[in-house]
Amino acid sequence: MKRRLSRDIEGSSSSCEELMEVCKRARHPSEDSGDLASNWAWIPQEVLLRIFQYLPLLDRAFASQVCHGWNQAFHMPELWRCFEFELTQPASSYLKATHPDLIKQIIKRHSNHLQYVSFKVDSSTESAEAACDILSQLVNCSLKTLGLISTARPSFMELPKSHFISALTVVFVNSKSLSSLKIDDTPVDDPSLKVLVANNSDTLKLLKMSSCPHVSPAGILCVADQCHGLRELALNYHLLSDELLLALSSEKHVHLEHLRIDVVSENPGQQFHTIKKSSWDAMVRHSPKFNLVMYFFLYEEEFGPFFRDEIPVTHLYFGRSVSKDVLGRVGMNCPRLVELVVCANGLRPLDEELIRIAERCKQLSAIGLGECEVSCSAFVEFVKMCGRRLSQLSIMEEVLIPDHKYSLDEIHWEVSKHLGRVWFPDMMPTW
Amino acid sequence: MAPNSIHWFRKGLRLHDNPALQEAVRGAGTIRCVYFLDPWFAGSSNLGVNRWRFLLQCLDDLDSNLRKLNSRLFVIRGQPANVFPRLFKEWEISRLTFEYDSEPFGKERDAAIKKLAMEAGVEVIIKISHTLYNLDKIIELNGGQPPLTYKRFQTLISRMDPPEMPVETLSSAFMGCCITPVSEDHSEKYGVPSLEELGFDTEGLPSAVWPGGETEALTRIERHLERKAWVANFERPRMNANSLLASPTGLSPYLRFGCLSCRLFYFKLTDLYRKVKKTSTPPLSLYGQLLWREFFYTAATTNPRFDKMEGNPICVRIPWDKNPEALAKWAEAKTGFPWIDAIMTQLRQEGWIHHLARHAVACFLTRGDLWISWEEGMKVFEELLLDADWSVNAGSWMWLSCSSFFQQFFHCYCPVGFGRRTDPNGDFIRRYLPVLRGFPAKYIYDPWNAPDSVQAAAKCIIGVHYPKPMVNHAEASRLNIERMKQIYQQLSRYRGLGQVLAISEALMLDEKAWLTLSCSSPVTPHQLTLGIAHSDLWLVCSWLAMETQFMKPQIHSACADAASRDSLEIYSE
Repeated sequence: MKRRLSRDIEGSSSSCEELMEVCKRARHPSEDSGDLASNWAWIPQEVLLRIFQYLPLLDRAFASQVCHGWNQAFHMPELWRCFEFELTQPASSYLKATHPDLIKQIIKRHSNHLQYVSFKVDSSTESAEAACDILSQLVNCSLKTLGLISTARPSFMELPKSHFISALTVVFVNSKSLSSLKIDDTPVDDPSLKVLVANNSDTLKLLKMSSCPHVSPAGILCVADQCHGLRELALNYHLLSDELLLALSSEKHVHLEHLRIDVVSENPGQQFHTIKKSSWDAMVRHSPKFNLVMYFFLYEEEFGPFFRDEIPVTHLYFGRSVSKDVLGRVGMNCPRLVELVVCANGLRPLDEELIRIAERCKQLSAIGLGECEVSCSAFVEFVKMCGRRLSQLSIMEEVLIPDHKYSLDEIHWEVSKHLGRVWFPDMMPTW
Repeated sequence: MAPNSIHWFRKGLRLHDNPALQEAVRGAGTIRCVYFLDPWFAGSSNLGVNRWRFLLQCLDDLDSNLRKLNSRLFVIRGQPANVFPRLFKEWEISRLTFEYDSEPFGKERDAAIKKLAMEAGVEVIIKISHTLYNLDKIIELNGGQPPLTYKRFQTLISRMDPPEMPVETLSSAFMGCCITPVSEDHSEKYGVPSLEELGFDTEGLPSAVWPGGETEALTRIERHLERKAWVANFERPRMNANSLLASPTGLSPYLRFGCLSCRLFYFKLTDLYRKVKKTSTPPLSLYGQLLWREFFYTAATTNPRFDKMEGNPICVRIPWDKNPEALAKWAEAKTGFPWIDAIMTQLRQEGWIHHLARHAVACFLTRGDLWISWEEGMKVFEELLLDADWSVNAGSWMWLSCSSFFQQFFHCYCPVGFGRRTDPNGDFIRRYLPVLRGFPAKYIYDPWNAPDSVQAAAKCIIGVHYPKPMVNHAEASRLNIERMKQIYQQLSRYRGLGQVLAISEALMLDEKAWLTLSCSSPVTPHQLTLGIAHSDLWLVCSWLAMETQFMKPQIHSACADAASRDSLEIYSE
């Protein structure tokens, strides 16, 4: 492999230069450099391996040009367990792609060494196609981890569905030991999930598939029924069902650690189904420590079905405006709440709602408030009640409304006092 | 023999608080004030007509004020490096003065001119007056690195001596025997050109909402202070619909061009506060506008790549999308979101928008909806925004796109909701987007949701007379918040791929902005190392007992003292 790899401007090759310098000296030992220099050419492979593990790929590649021994070390299987394919086009991305020659080399020489693989693609369809192309060639791989990540618009969704599915199922069928799978924003469907399950049910621990519109509740239920080792799951609300939660809480199933649910509205006025309290209770009984992370991107009027009963949510994110009323219900019904983010509320102060959350959500340790309003006094009261358990307090400066008790300049001292550390609100430039 | 001086105007377009100009005049026989205009035919593309008009008005004002002192402004075509040698000879110059320019390219240009001048036997005097402080002192106080959080910056400032007092305005008395030789044909040779002469098409150009010049600036600052005194309230004013409109007391463009001295503003604010509140120590928040400006100047002064993502040590590399079509829609106010389009229309027409409006459109372009690079937005602002100079513009864009400066990314401005909360009636929209005038307040922020009957009544069909929304905001913001999370997770690069970062005792981060990173054995919670490696910003390892899902965790080291604690913001997953 010749020096066609283009150098990253910031790519620090200082470590690499040093190595090359030392190796040069090894070939032409000078009088004063001592005999240590000449030993660099004879480092045992195991030691070289350790050194190479600290170098990023580009530096390793340069090092591999130095001599035959180092070139051999470069190709040792241990260095090819993890790889991230970066697939971009100059017309759609500022970042550089993994060199096509390198990709060819990997498929030729190292595909059976690969275990932890991810694909990062930009918004162009060509990049997604290139990813599928590589995937279909990974026949000799027994992957443990596979991640398909879109760094901008989800280009996997623009591929013909069958093309994507056939590439993906190559990995499902051949790996047989997939433990971690990230396929958010892809056209994966129920039949392909069946293939996944048929081949990897013993090993699958993590499955992230938010925004996969071709999957149905039945499809995901199949996964929960068969993959009893599943510990982490991420999906959209429309795939959530009472049956799913019960399947995840069945005796055969391990404790669930992490469940992420995205609740996204396609059109205003969308109706959402409800989940029975008993299903949530079963989950908590089975996996008392599990994290339930919920992202809400709804219009204010769509929150009707939510937070009417107790729900074991631990991390709650409101991406759009959420009403005072709903936040009041959150205070009443989310005793396990650990983290809360409210991007926007309205122009009426959230004083009561915050105090109630401080009272009833005893585990709360992180809160972020965006376009909301809270009076300074209520905020100080809130912090006092939570005390030092609040390790994350991210409040935009405009949120706090000065009142007769506190001005903006005074409030940060009060809050710092109760938190036991120096605290300031988040600031935005004003110019 | 009394020297012949040139004072070189770049920014600092004023006669008040201009120490470099004073030095040019002091003891001199002749003084000539020059301004270089290049390229001359800036108007060929009609880009930035407001900015050019403002500048020409500043130059006109300078010329007219200099006339009162029997002097004139000399506007010269060409590059300083090419023209100065001729001028030094022709006018027998022995002294050159100018105001210090802290921006990296300014420093480079000035170093070259200084060299040129010294070779020609010309004494060079440079004075700081565009910023409140000597920025190099701030950096020195922070251990050789510019502070990267605003809080840290404020802490450093509060430890320094206050800014120097503004010097007196240039007067006939000060000038004494110093004169300016003005030829008969001065106006033809060195007069301030008009917009038309520069190639701009001014037919139908509405009059300037923000008139340029020192005279206007000084009038405004009096008005600004009067209003503050009358309100007797120095708190940040609550945002309302009126705040969105251009204010006759707005000062930012004048500060940018230097028509108004920031030091003058600083001291007048201080005096007023002391008079009204009868206490002697104003809080730092009083100077908010000035200090943000200073903060960005400080951050940029040693970083020539401050306005870029690649090769910029303080900028996170985010995989922005390249999408010229989408960018054009944003820049030309055709996004289909009235709030965004109205703001961009005001920007293009008038040259100024409220800072919260800037947040809204910047967020929409970058991390909120379009996922386009902040560098593109910065270029559009540079052309259209009167107060956007290099450091402040680039810095603000990096801030608003969450590319640097440690801020949280969880909060995204909604292009419908934010506007609606600020101006419920929608008057701002109607003013700048007359095509939407017929919509009732209920639908004016999201007219695509209006029933057909309402659209027909408003004589504006969405998709025909006004574009449909170019993105689905819920979907876009959901995706983008996930992307941002990925970026910051990716910064702890080796997690999830089996390797773990080793950490060592955290050094005092107010001494060093970065430390070295090493990878070897398992994490021990009390040790922690930050590093800059390759082109990533911070490589971080996770050691928190508590994992945050949505935000960047704040780690507070027990070993750092209170002042440096605020610079200890480290990211993890």
